[in-house]
Amino acid sequence: MPELFAPGDRVRTAHADPPHHTRLPRYARGAVGTVVEVEGAHPLADDRSRGLPAPPQPVYTVRFTARELFGEGDHDVTLAVWESHLEPS
Amino acid sequence: MSGDHTGENAALAARVRHVEALLEARGLVDAQELDRALEAFLARASPDNGARVVAKAWLDPAYRARLLADGAAAVTEVGATMGGGLQDQRLKVVENTPTSHNVVVCTLCSCYPVALLGPSPTWYKSESYRSRVVRDPRSVLAEFDFHLPPDVDITVWDATAETRFMVLPVRPAGTDSLDERALADLVTRNGLIGVAPV
Repeated sequence: MPELFAPGDRVRTAHADPPHHTRLPRYARGAVGTVVEVEGAHPLADDRSRGLPAPPQPVYTVRFTARELFGEGDHDVTLAVWESHLEPS
Repeated sequence: MSGDHTGENAALAARVRHVEALLEARGLVDAQELDRALEAFLARASPDNGARVVAKAWLDPAYRARLLADGAAAVTEVGATMGGGLQDQRLKVVENTPTSHNVVVCTLCSCYPVALLGPSPTWYKSESYRSRVVRDPRSVLAEFDFHLPPDVDITVWDATAETRFMVLPVRPAGTDSLDERALADLVTRNGLIGVAPV
């Protein structure tokens, strides 16, 4: 499956606050980070949990600074983020 | 935060029990079959697996490289496996150094490499740990009596998808004479999560 992003790319996570299950944690919404690696391709849990078609799509490890996520702190946080939840930054 | 271990999940657990009862009532599974499968999985799941992986990586640089490149493949070399659950899982081993430290969490629920670390401790599943360690890891580690120097960088790994994480701690000083078994005995479950030095 072709991937939209590659390691080193700057990406921004989605802003949406959906009424259903989502794997994009609230604390990481609308945040800019850097792609570390491609983890593989998996069905988007947000869709699968609602019984919707969920073909596998790329999942990325994305690194964020604590300052970007929380406005403070000197550490980093990495998350696994489905491609649907990312846009170029 | 989603993924509370009450409420919706309690209802889900009730549904699972109901399906299990139906499968048994219709003779599709033996009454003890599921219990046996779970027991067999948990019997193989132990923090000693993770400890043996770490000890081997400390002693064998080529193994360490394989472990960091493809954790799930490398752990099979010590007889462990990331399979046996609903699906084979990817394992990412993250390596501590004198200047960088890693700690693992699942903020959405409680994802955890059970096969390598055994069943997860209650605190790992608590909302307190899950919500606070991403925001202020240094303070949370201090509550485990683990005081990292300020110049050590911290990365928190939030397991939000299909990868599970394990920490490769720094080999303690003064352990040059120890063999693989003795080194494995130094490694703790908390060290493999990243809330202890080793």
